[in-house]
Amino acid sequence: MEDAARLLQLVVNGAAAGCIYGLIALGFVLIYKATEMVNFAQGDVMMIGGFIAYSLIAHWGMNYWVGALLAIAITAAFGFALDAVILRRVIGQPQFAVVMLTLGLGFIFRAGAGITWGYDSVGFNTPFTNKTAKVGLLVLGQDNLSIIVGTLILCGVLYVFFSKTRLGVAMQASSQNQLAAYYMGIPVRTVFSLIWAISAGVAAVAGILLSPVSMLDVNMGFLGIKAFAAAVIGGFGSIPGSLIGGVIVGVVEQLAGYYLPAGFQEVTSNVVLLAMLIVRPQGLFAELSGKRV
Amino acid sequence: MRYLFRTNYNQDLSLARHGGDYFWYGLLLVIMLIVPLLMGEFYVGELGGVFIFAIAGVGLMLLVGYTGLISLGHAAFLGIGAYVNSVLLAKGVPFVITLPIAGLFTAACGAAIGLPTLRMSGLYLAIATLAFGSIVGTVFQKWSSVTGGFDGFAVPTPTIFGVGLDGATGIYYVSLVVLIFVLWITANILRSPMGRAMVAIRDSEVSAQSMGIHLARYKAIAFAISAGMTGLAGALFAHYVRFLAPDAFDVLLSVQFVTIVFVGGLGSVQGAIFGALFVRLLPQFIAIVRDDLPFGIGRMPGLEPSLFGLVLVLVILFQPGGINGIWQKTKHWFTAFPFKRQTSSRRQKSYAKSERLR
Repeated sequence: MEDAARLLQLVVNGAAAGCIYGLIALGFVLIYKATEMVNFAQGDVMMIGGFIAYSLIAHWGMNYWVGALLAIAITAAFGFALDAVILRRVIGQPQFAVVMLTLGLGFIFRAGAGITWGYDSVGFNTPFTNKTAKVGLLVLGQDNLSIIVGTLILCGVLYVFFSKTRLGVAMQASSQNQLAAYYMGIPVRTVFSLIWAISAGVAAVAGILLSPVSMLDVNMGFLGIKAFAAAVIGGFGSIPGSLIGGVIVGVVEQLAGYYLPAGFQEVTSNVVLLAMLIVRPQGLFAELSGKRV
Repeated sequence: MRYLFRTNYNQDLSLARHGGDYFWYGLLLVIMLIVPLLMGEFYVGELGGVFIFAIAGVGLMLLVGYTGLISLGHAAFLGIGAYVNSVLLAKGVPFVITLPIAGLFTAACGAAIGLPTLRMSGLYLAIATLAFGSIVGTVFQKWSSVTGGFDGFAVPTPTIFGVGLDGATGIYYVSLVVLIFVLWITANILRSPMGRAMVAIRDSEVSAQSMGIHLARYKAIAFAISAGMTGLAGALFAHYVRFLAPDAFDVLLSVQFVTIVFVGGLGSVQGAIFGALFVRLLPQFIAIVRDDLPFGIGRMPGLEPSLFGLVLVLVILFQPGGINGIWQKTKHWFTAFPFKRQTSSRRQKSYAKSERLR
């Protein structure tokens, strides 16, 4: 019984970490589906979102909920500007140019955040910090539960947005066929920038949800590398797939940390990623099948 | 302006375009050979570092600039080359054998990691190599019985036919020889059917495939050669730093290598050397001006990576040809003088290319 409870505890902790990976991966996938670019700076956008929330809540004394919503909005605006000012210029350049561009941007964001907020780890008080909830035999941290619940709510919101609203449908249309979307009168460029905004907003949510569990740090953007594993498992094109992939990576990582000797936990996500690429490179939820000349 | 008038096939096959090439590259070689006699130990060492990075840069240029694949894990190959070379040297194997073994072993590693991942689009290769680099970095740290872990690994002094290479000058000459060897290999690959196949893959995979090019095979070969050259660079790098620390081979170093390729100029072998000069000399330049910068910018932690990031972003946005592109434009300005026009170097308008079928 003891073992079963411990196992369940590990699974819940892993699922919470996995939701964060899943949210970052969701940002990759949203942008990739629409523009066929991959934003290697997604983890750094998450870092910026977390730090903006820290400024608003810890420095200016805002209410947690107000501060969090405002931080998400500011980060989304930042994502919009990022596409409108920089990424739009490299349309048509080879894919690896975009990879390097976003990597370079990630380094700049890290330096910018270092200048603005310093290089020390910081944190702020949330309604979930250091509280526990008892579910049967399990003692679960509310911080972990808040991540899982927050992710589920966000997914519901995104699902309703993409399937029910005009803008959401326009976004789906532009990612399926740009030219046809233009002909239907959809302002495709603005829609793409808005997709970047949503993806940055999702990253900010991840940063804010993560803050009670781990401190905010300039280098937390490296979590983005783990999120690649989540995106690849999900097939790099499927939104629910990336979340499930994130949870898989998170749980496997927790179990590896518990059952395997030290040092294995750090590389688990990378090993899972490489194994996935070797065994089933199209991912668990593949959609794409071929290439256009 | 020079007009190349070819009168026999050997001119087409020759590595040098015309007599001027022999003269200028010969002059450059002579200058490089006598540099250690004229300059101090420090500058010779720095130039040796440039050569080592140029070797890795040429290898990566073959992959990124000519085959159109990107790798974010070349620091791992540098590390594998460095450790293989040093561990074998410590076991008493002579340097003339460990150096090629380091290159070949790293090439085999490149083929092993390349074969499964190269089936996917270039994007997956970037992600897979990123993961591979991170795994290898952890292995260097944890496999302490071989690599010494965080205590590091003191690299034995190499000897070539009884001559000990303990100073910067020895490494300088060995690096120069290896660099020339690598350049010669690259030039030969690029004028062979394999080089043309690689360029075809870069420009369009589907058309290359329909011309009968075996995509997976050529990509894997390109990746293995690129990794092997980086492994050679790694073996020399071990002697350049003399003390291997496992955390030296991280993502940042991989990004520096790709910066060499992008800043130097994609698709030009000279570019790799320009890029290596830039990447090696920028930190030195920062160190010199550090105290003179206003607002304490020079004292900022993480200044170097952010500067690399900034340069990378600016080059991709405004000067996709890199340093080599600037050089070509300058040359064009002089050869075409006074007929330079605004439109001479205007970029072609580019459109989004979709890789999807639907």
